[in-house]
Amino acid sequence: MDGTALALKMAENATSAALTERFPFAIVGHVDHGKSSLIGRLLHDTNSLPEGKFAELKAASDKRGGQFEWSFLLDALQAERDQGITIDTTQIFFHTAKRRYVIIDAPGHKEFLKNAISGVAQAQAAILVIDAAEGVREQTRRHALILQLLGLRQIAVAVNKVDLIGFDQARFDAIAREITDYLRQLKLSPTFIIPVSARHGDNIASPSNKMPWYQGPTVLAALDGFTSAPVATDQPLRMPIQDVFKFDERRLVVGRIESGSLRVGDRLEFAPSFKQAKIASIEAWNAPTPLTAHAGQSVAITLDDELFIERGHVAVHSDRRPILGHRANLRIFWLDNQPLKVGQRLKLKVATARYPIEIEQISAVIDVEKLQPTQASEIGRNAIAEITVRSRALMALDLAADMQRTGRGVLLREGEIVGGALVLSAEASDVDKRLIGPDHLVTRGAREAVNGHRGAVLWLTGLSGSGKSTLAMGLERLLFQRGRQAFVLDGDLLRQGVTSDLGFSPKDRAENIRRSAEVAKLLADAGQVVIVSLISPYTEDRDRARKIIGERFHEIYVKADLATCESRDPKGLYKAARSGAIKNFTGIDAPYEAPGKPELVIDTTGQPLERSLAALAAYTEPAVALQAVKDAWAI
Amino acid sequence: MSDLDALENQSIYILREAYSRLKPIAMLWSLGKDSNVMLWLARKAFLGHVPFPVVHVDTGKKFPEMYEFRDRFSKTWNLNLIVRDCPPVEEIDPSLPPAARSAARKTIGLKNVLDEFKFKGIIAGIRRDEQATRAKERVFSPRAESGAWNFRDQPPEFWDHFKSELPEGAHMRIHPLLSWTELDIWRYIAREQIPIVDLYYSRNGKRYRSLGDQDITAPIESGASSITEIIVELSQTRTSERAGRAMDHEREDAFERLRAQGYM
Repeated sequence: MDGTALALKMAENATSAALTERFPFAIVGHVDHGKSSLIGRLLHDTNSLPEGKFAELKAASDKRGGQFEWSFLLDALQAERDQGITIDTTQIFFHTAKRRYVIIDAPGHKEFLKNAISGVAQAQAAILVIDAAEGVREQTRRHALILQLLGLRQIAVAVNKVDLIGFDQARFDAIAREITDYLRQLKLSPTFIIPVSARHGDNIASPSNKMPWYQGPTVLAALDGFTSAPVATDQPLRMPIQDVFKFDERRLVVGRIESGSLRVGDRLEFAPSFKQAKIASIEAWNAPTPLTAHAGQSVAITLDDELFIERGHVAVHSDRRPILGHRANLRIFWLDNQPLKVGQRLKLKVATARYPIEIEQISAVIDVEKLQPTQASEIGRNAIAEITVRSRALMALDLAADMQRTGRGVLLREGEIVGGALVLSAEASDVDKRLIGPDHLVTRGAREAVNGHRGAVLWLTGLSGSGKSTLAMGLERLLFQRGRQAFVLDGDLLRQGVTSDLGFSPKDRAENIRRSAEVAKLLADAGQVVIVSLISPYTEDRDRARKIIGERFHEIYVKADLATCESRDPKGLYKAARSGAIKNFTGIDAPYEAPGKPELVIDTTGQPLERSLAALAAYTEPAVALQAVKDAWAI
Repeated sequence: MSDLDALENQSIYILREAYSRLKPIAMLWSLGKDSNVMLWLARKAFLGHVPFPVVHVDTGKKFPEMYEFRDRFSKTWNLNLIVRDCPPVEEIDPSLPPAARSAARKTIGLKNVLDEFKFKGIIAGIRRDEQATRAKERVFSPRAESGAWNFRDQPPEFWDHFKSELPEGAHMRIHPLLSWTELDIWRYIAREQIPIVDLYYSRNGKRYRSLGDQDITAPIESGASSITEIIVELSQTRTSERAGRAMDHEREDAFERLRAQGYM
């Protein structure tokens, strides 16, 4: 063992086992029931106060001319001392012989529920403080309910200020019964109910001799009795993606494993996208590269395939997928001043994913006193309710009952956290795997990567009756069935809207082509395989369209001789043109300039439609195939 | 998973959230032990890279050893270092007690940096166990355009969902070390062998436990001349870390006022 290793070993020994386990717990309860005092007393009795702190606070309290309050210790902010209530959550550290504790002090005042939640959510257990003289109050119940919603299962009750009830067992027993009954309805059962006096130190760190009728543990012993939450390694893998890094030659997909494990070589699916790739490596800096990683670890992985992956996707094993759906029932706690109503739109954020949701239904608001569901048309601040939401995007959800960390989330309104949500149930949608598109602003490359093909414009030119529209519609259906994004821009339909102000003069035809080309380009940018069906008789106009659209323009000459076209005459236009009822009709009294170098010629004269369609499809597939997947990562 | 591993993984998660959500972003580097740990964690989070500028808001009154350290490791660690001077003390609110007034130079210096670079995120290495007002902090803590911290009305923060959207002109302070204790920092420095300024080690029976400006930071009596000895010392001490920081103790609310105005 060299010098450094020896020093490290010594350092580990010096810190001893007592320091390696850290246990965060919350102290909750009704305002003024003595939470802060309990903490002050705990710190004092465990000899955890910084030197001089007690004297400093005593002096501050003497200066104010009041009795010493243990709560001054925590309420260190000037503003708080003036108001006499804990505004925000505070964290304080101390240790017993067993382990280190992080005390989370949550304010009991109703106004500050959001702060209480911010604190308590970090705890693994809680002590619920009840004033012996006042008994169970509204915030006592509300906090118990919050503990349950936040997923805390380990709770001890401290009945404080027993000195004020003369250490009376009967009155203590009555409070103990009341709180036990309430907790039972929440499926919670307290580990201990302890009569204490924080002010005088009874049953805090050492047993009190004033209550011979109480044989249970002190608060400190009850704390040491709580157990640490097991890491969820045996649950299905959930690794919500935080980001994709490209700082060097590696493309790193990063996130924290919320549950389960992963291993190099595993095939991952990135829900809700159905895209799959294998883990090529788990990367690390200043440490050996591991072969496996487990719940709780923030990891960076590389994949064997450059899929389109973004923040919000969840890496899972495809045999243990989350529920993929658009609708869910949530139990929520609402923190915003503006009430929540049916029809409102919010974001549901689960891990790193944000889903745009609409409130479909408010099923019930929970009455905190009686724990009964009641009907309501809106959800006010600090209320707890059950709602049904619908998302416009496909969601990947777990149920809170099964998967604590990914079965819950927050509600966002204009970027602000306005509530918390537990997923009670979710409805799986019947999803066509191939048609899932992105719903974010992304580059063309990213969009193409998720579509699995490039956007393109197939410009079908030819005489009226050559078969352009029939082929266009046939190709659109075929591509759609294959999971491609395809859309037909038909000249006749365009003339009903975008170009309805134009006639058939050469100048108007040129403008008709220009507008059609611009629309086609936009759709191609949007990822579509755009099939333009337009006579477009002039070479000059088609060349301009090629210029507008660029390299994604494919000129396809749908060829048929005039006699064939005229014999088909699906719309009776040739007949009308011959009779002079319509003027400037291509092929009759207006010219058609056949393409000189089209990308493809399809001669429909005497060829069955199916064969023409097959030829067109055979050309299209390679033309829209992804050429350089790498470009997609320049987001 | 050991407690240090849990802290490390949580901090990496926070750093990645910050980098993903807030751009442009920068990290404050005070050259002290905590910000060195924070830089180290950033290199872990970003696999050897520090993909944002590292800002030293220079009071001009740091110890020479700290400037040497800065110049050496900004090169070794390939940092995009931004150094900006603080305004002279004459420009600072004269109603503050002397040491707090001196410390407030950093607040203004930081404001100037924000004005110049328009950072939406500032990563700072404060910890909850340092000081009671810091104990109330959020991991993602919004600051108004003035830089002020509204501790009376902080956003809810739970289940690792952090507020990341800001009004124009405002910025976010991100605190990846909030849950660490002083002892955690030292144990991690020992485990990872992170370089630190020598001033933390005992010389002639004294060492610095916390490093600020020369004129408002006092060393403590200590014979601890190695990381191991420092860890042993801290395991036994009941004196607070910032006892040597004059500005915390001038008046009951001096530090709170500093922080409300935008101090780290």
